[in-house]
Amino acid sequence: MASVKVTGLNKRFGDTHVLKGVSVEVPDGAFAVLVGPSGCGKSTLLRLLAGLEEADEGHIFLGDRDVTRLEPRERDIAMVFQSYALYPHLTVRENLAFGLKLRKTPAAEIDKRLGEASEMLGLGPLLDRYPKALSGGQRQRVAMGRAIVRRAQLFLFDEPLSNLDAALRAQVRVDIRKLHDRLGATSVYVTHDQVEAMTLADVLFVLNKGVVEQAGPPLEIYAHPRTKFVAGFLGSPAMNFLEARLEQRDGQWMAALGRDARGVQVALDAEAFGEELQAGRRVMLGVRPHDVELSQDGSGAALEVSIVEALGVESLAYGTLAGAHFVARLEPTAKVGKGETVRILFRHVHLFDADTGLSLRAPAKKA
Amino acid sequence: MNRKPSLAESIASHLVLVVAVAFALYPVLWVVSLAFSGARPPEARVFPVPHDPTLAHLEAVVLSTKKVGDETIYLFARQALNSILVATATAAAGVLIAIPTSYALARFRFVGKEAGVRSLLATQMFPTVASAIPLYLLLDYLGLLNSRTGLVVCYASTSVPFAIFQLRAVFESIPVDLEEAAMVDGATRFQAFLKVALPAARPAIAVTALFAFMSAYNEFILAATLLGKEEMFTLPVLLQSYIGEYDAQWERFAAGALIVSLPVMALFYVAQRHLVSGLTSGGVKG
Repeated sequence: MASVKVTGLNKRFGDTHVLKGVSVEVPDGAFAVLVGPSGCGKSTLLRLLAGLEEADEGHIFLGDRDVTRLEPRERDIAMVFQSYALYPHLTVRENLAFGLKLRKTPAAEIDKRLGEASEMLGLGPLLDRYPKALSGGQRQRVAMGRAIVRRAQLFLFDEPLSNLDAALRAQVRVDIRKLHDRLGATSVYVTHDQVEAMTLADVLFVLNKGVVEQAGPPLEIYAHPRTKFVAGFLGSPAMNFLEARLEQRDGQWMAALGRDARGVQVALDAEAFGEELQAGRRVMLGVRPHDVELSQDGSGAALEVSIVEALGVESLAYGTLAGAHFVARLEPTAKVGKGETVRILFRHVHLFDADTGLSLRAPAKKA
Repeated sequence: MNRKPSLAESIASHLVLVVAVAFALYPVLWVVSLAFSGARPPEARVFPVPHDPTLAHLEAVVLSTKKVGDETIYLFARQALNSILVATATAAAGVLIAIPTSYALARFRFVGKEAGVRSLLATQMFPTVASAIPLYLLLDYLGLLNSRTGLVVCYASTSVPFAIFQLRAVFESIPVDLEEAAMVDGATRFQAFLKVALPAARPAIAVTALFAFMSAYNEFILAATLLGKEEMFTLPVLLQSYIGEYDAQWERFAAGALIVSLPVMALFYVAQRHLVSGLTSGGVKG
């Protein structure tokens, strides 16, 4: 096992600057997830780690080895591809043994590791089949097995679940995490699925447009997103954003929603934002759908409900608030119909600079 | 869509098929009939059934001899050997040169790639006849007239580009993931090609080789132009030699044609499992 350290990584494809000075650190044995929208550079970063692309600038360390200029085979890594990339002309057994044979592993050792991996993944009955005779889920397991038998220093996963159906995906997600805990191998996992990102990661890296917008434990990032992008990307349904202006009245800081003065005003916790609060500053007020409750006394902001999704465990009310699209999560017992206007209160709000998108929250809470 | 056709539909479609098969087979049956018919001049008959059945023509074709210097050689055996050697060498040269070339075209970016491919394509646009005379002069100059080597060189100039185009498409259709997985697994670039891309392309390579073999085996114009000595003839030239200006030996021609088609039929039989595509399916999603 080994830690991973990436410093100042740059990668261009022609005129496209895909990675712009990315630095990433993954402790030994940790499960790191790179998450971001398509085109954010997460897969390129993974391919650079694998050695399948060459960095223009920057360094990649595996443990204390600088592997930046090494060939993939010299790096001692194992990778699970999105397409699984099973060798079609080889049986499952031969697929698993392929890397070991190339490295001239003794036959007895190969047998032992194959036995362990196929026991771990339940591949026993499939060993003599060809990939074309396997289901999607089975292929995925073989691809995992091929990585496991290698006992590499680093495991890379490139969206390994995206070709599975939803039920299987949830199952395999749990299996991958269990496997990681059992093997203790340092892993880097690429996904655009925030559920996978939140549930699998020890340490999460949110990428956007070739830079790491935020890194840290997933819950920490969820609770304290550093930018508007991160706030909007993590969480489902996504965070609501409302244009607002900061004002101070009778010593109380308020965010005035909408562009006109008659808009709704939201009281702010001055301690949380500190010196970032300046009267007249234009901000984006961020409210997670789950940080909303129905007002009992007619106070709060008016939400014109256009549609309600009753999911049983909760109800999602979609509508317009202060001229912006807004989603509110309500108790399943809430009696709200479409076309109604309800008053809601915000339990917790985030503030972002309207221009830079940076969070106004004082960095004190960041450990 | 899997509805059973009605009786009338079934009869109609079979009728069409029978007519189509008869249309395709009729000339072949005529050749068969002629090859086994006695020594009467062929006449126009509706049903191609041999009259006075005999194996004389087959024997005459196979056992024909010629004195070359002091020794007597079996002409047909020599010519069959010529054909098979030339066709095999053409197929081998075509595939062996095309594999690395097409792989490079499919996987790497390099200067002059597209221009090279286009000029390669351009060379294929001239009909064979147009190049027959220049090739004759060229081979004469090189001392390769009347030789198998000369013929193979000429055939390869067609089979190599053809194989390159075929195999380029094949290598492009093999997911690059497979080779990347191999490299992460510990393979060098070359091992990834040798142990993953090449086996995945094997059925297509077999088909390409078969095509190159057959086109060389069947080729007539160049062979007739470049080969003057009877003992150097390939089989198509032999067949043509039965049809003289004043005297056409149709029965021998037919007997020869039957024998000549046997190896091709055998090859097709052996290779048909390779003709079934889809060996790469299942390696990646889908």
